[in-house]
Amino acid sequence: MSGAQVEIQFIAILTAVACALPGVFLVLRKMAMMSDAVSHAILFGIVVAYFIVKDISNPFLILGAALAGLLTVLLVELLYKTRLLKEDAAIGLVFPLLFSLGVIMVSRFASHVHLDTDAVLLGELAFAPFDRLTIAGVDIGPKTMWVIAGILLLNVAFLTSFYKELKLVTFDAGLAGALGLAPAAIHYSLMGLVSLTAVGSFDAVGAVLVVALMIVPPATAYLLTDRLFHMLLLAAGFGALSAVTGYWGAVWMDANIAGSMATMTGVWFAVVFALAPDRGLLAQARRRKRQRWEFARRMLIVHILQHENEADSSTECSVGHMQDHLHWGKDFADRVLRGAKKQNLVEVRNDCLFLTERGRISAEKAMVE
Amino acid sequence: MLEVFTDYTLRTVSLGAMLLGLVSGALGSFAMLRRTSLLGDAISHAALPGIAIAFLLTGSKSPIVLLLGAGVAGWIATVNMIQIVRRSRIKEDAALGLILSVFFGFGIVLLTLIQQLPTASQAGLDKFLFGQAATLMQRDVVVMAVLGIPALLLTALFWKELKLLAFNPDYGSTLGFPMRGLEYVLTTLLVVAIVIGLQTVGVVLMSAMLVAPAAAARQWTDRLSIMVLLAALFGAFSGVTGALVSSMVPKLPTGPTIVVIVSLVVLLSLLLAPNRGVLWAWLRQFRNRRALQVQAVMEDLYLLARQHADDPLTPHPDAVLRTMATGHGGVDRSLQELEERGLARRVVGWSLTEKGLKEAHEMASRFDPRMRELDPPQVKRGEREE
Repeated sequence: MSGAQVEIQFIAILTAVACALPGVFLVLRKMAMMSDAVSHAILFGIVVAYFIVKDISNPFLILGAALAGLLTVLLVELLYKTRLLKEDAAIGLVFPLLFSLGVIMVSRFASHVHLDTDAVLLGELAFAPFDRLTIAGVDIGPKTMWVIAGILLLNVAFLTSFYKELKLVTFDAGLAGALGLAPAAIHYSLMGLVSLTAVGSFDAVGAVLVVALMIVPPATAYLLTDRLFHMLLLAAGFGALSAVTGYWGAVWMDANIAGSMATMTGVWFAVVFALAPDRGLLAQARRRKRQRWEFARRMLIVHILQHENEADSSTECSVGHMQDHLHWGKDFADRVLRGAKKQNLVEVRNDCLFLTERGRISAEKAMVE
Repeated sequence: MLEVFTDYTLRTVSLGAMLLGLVSGALGSFAMLRRTSLLGDAISHAALPGIAIAFLLTGSKSPIVLLLGAGVAGWIATVNMIQIVRRSRIKEDAALGLILSVFFGFGIVLLTLIQQLPTASQAGLDKFLFGQAATLMQRDVVVMAVLGIPALLLTALFWKELKLLAFNPDYGSTLGFPMRGLEYVLTTLLVVAIVIGLQTVGVVLMSAMLVAPAAAARQWTDRLSIMVLLAALFGAFSGVTGALVSSMVPKLPTGPTIVVIVSLVVLLSLLLAPNRGVLWAWLRQFRNRRALQVQAVMEDLYLLARQHADDPLTPHPDAVLRTMATGHGGVDRSLQELEERGLARRVVGWSLTEKGLKEAHEMASRFDPRMRELDPPQVKRGEREE
């Protein structure tokens, strides 16, 4: 690994973690698409700020762009409050417009600077190590790295100082309001943070892929845990994992790094979605299957309980009768019977089924339930 | 502007943009009413890897192949999204964002791979990001028509069912319509609408073409049929205008131009549409406030008149009325209006006229039934006649 490679991966990890942390709250608050809106709209902010400060690396540029993100949030809410549009339509109107204005301004007036439409969508992580920050003549690493590290630090600081408030506002906004925690203030600070993080990551991964880093790792974590703190840690972990695997995938295929990172977030999500304990597809399928057999066994013992003392109990409770009476296929009936015998619920005497003591208790319990 | 009919490029471009606007406007209406406006965003972003894979597999850049790939990818993305929502605790918004960004990221990876192929000039694929109307050719428009016109016909054919889906899917289920199947029909139609627009508007902004014309049309009417027609019209208008402007002005990407124009249409609709428009609402509110102010001042004058039962026409200074009108302004304006209507008059201060007294009494009785039992204040003749 060369120095540049290490630096790129480090930047990628920082970006992924910085995005995942506020992303957790977006996912939990059902505002995931807001990240899409914000990340598109900041292009507009970046361009306008660029025209004012005329310097692409000016810190005011970041601030201006972040303000554009907040502007999006405000505009969406303004539109939504007229009650002329639903929220999804409001989002779908605001960000394409701001993004379009940004793209038009870039291609008309700013194509000679480093802003170009490809960079807007894709980011330029591969070039990040070339733009170095030097203080008093000492090279202290790529500029992007310091920017994104600063933003990550800010995110962590915000989360730790307002953890309790964020938690309450996220899960019970009404109670938060009643306790005087100012849900609106928390909401806007969070959106400001999302916006700032998107701006910081924009340079590295581009507009659309910011969305991948903000939404997918938290969604993955959401499948694995019920605890907010664990979700934050897991989301950061999956973000970092996607960053590293995405980077190596990109190196291997010689493809765009940001695109590869986004793809990897999806791959990890798919893996977790398939395999997660409890909530994974596999676990769901296994549970359904178990429940199906469980239900069939119950049917069987309840059936025997119903008919054991009747005159025709010898036919009703015969082994072969189950197939007709419960409309089971032969294989299925055999398997149910085998399972029931294995669990010591029924016993077979003279080709007739009888409940065991244990079977009677479960059958009676099933009837009461 | 007449060149549109003679110039080959301009004619092709406007025809293509018109088709795109018609189809996306009409189908976007259903998406908006279903509150799935952002689904279009996910589908259109997800089309990118489809386009790239179609190209990688066939090596062909013919529009039908690429758009087919886009359609298949968009459809797979939607099905995936629906399954994620149905089979996990992840909500719709996160599922949308997830599908959108992951598919798009994968598409970007594929595009960069294609760029490295020794044989391929990928110039043809790049335009799918932001759209390039100027490169539209006749065969593209033919493909758009072949896809779009059946989509519109299907919409007409399934009109009643789609209407149910948009407004009350549960009721539709009780009537025995396969609502889930219809949802897939609508999704497929949306995919078609998006695919049609990809070359002109691009994957990044295509969603706006579904949302914006529908959002604008919604403001002008409460009837679905008119809304769909209007949306198609708005879509076609913005598409044609945007495409023409961008093909005539250099360095003006088509997709963003169309989006800016369609957003203007939305803005105007939001402001001006009768009944719902924001401007009308303001005007109504303003008028109501004025009317209430006038009423309040009249009531104050009436109360004062009642307190002077011996002479209801006793004038009262402005200051008294202003004090009584704490909490709302416009006393002077209201008095002026009352005077113009002959309900109040200025002597030294202000009092109601006889006509004003009568009207004020009626008004007060309307608000407070107990007033009805009281006699209206009587003016004693000859005491205060000018």
